[in-house]
Amino acid sequence: MKIKLLYFASLREAVGAAEEQLDLPEGVATTGQLRDWLVTRGKQALANTRNLRCAVNQDLADFNTSLADGDEVAFFPPVTGG
Amino acid sequence: MSANAISVQSGDFDLGYEVAALRAQDLRVGAVASFVGLVRDMNEGAGVSAMHLEHYPGMTEKALEKIVAQARQRWDIYGVRVIHRVGSLAPGDQIVLVAVSSAHRGDAFSACEFVMDYLKTQAPFWKREATPEGERWVDARDSDDSAAARWNGGCSASAKPSGS
Repeated sequence: MKIKLLYFASLREAVGAAEEQLDLPEGVATTGQLRDWLVTRGKQALANTRNLRCAVNQDLADFNTSLADGDEVAFFPPVTGG
Repeated sequence: MSANAISVQSGDFDLGYEVAALRAQDLRVGAVASFVGLVRDMNEGAGVSAMHLEHYPGMTEKALEKIVAQARQRWDIYGVRVIHRVGSLAPGDQIVLVAVSSAHRGDAFSACEFVMDYLKTQAPFWKREATPEGERWVDARDSDDSAAARWNGGCSASAKPSGS
């Protein structure tokens, strides 16, 4: 399936990209599997799961959330607004 | 009138103007509670000369709407106004406004605090500070997670029954 992946804040700086269009291989069907797959492809910044949060289609999600073709996924550090 | 107005914007806001708009000659309103968050010039010992607020366009508005919807389910409130600024800010600048109107102060106070506590942990904004040592991203605080968590599970420090 194809997804759009966004990175924000310090994670965007660590990864070196704000946005990626990805074609996910078989077996990568959740946010957690996506994160693990990206770490194997060299995105070490995603390995620290304690400080990683995610959203799917602009809704806060966890790392067991299923992905579908065309989804917009975002990875980011814990939020600091307000 | 039971309106929600949520704005994510770079421009400043005026508390008096927003409260007057929230009251809007609605004579059911007996209470307006509000909170304003500001940029301080000191954070964790380092001087802050400037701040930049990054956000996730689209998700910020959606997240704030969800938080306000939860407040409406839990308390008997009329109008809610939330303004959160983004972009470059300086010490002393206003960052965020939450204002809530209701018949009685208990619901207004509780809903206002709830919205702020949830905004601090669920709304996709990230602060970057400019300090004498350089730029740094602000770390999330455990106390913010604790503040949000206390609204769950029926044992809350601030929630009061309707009508108080």
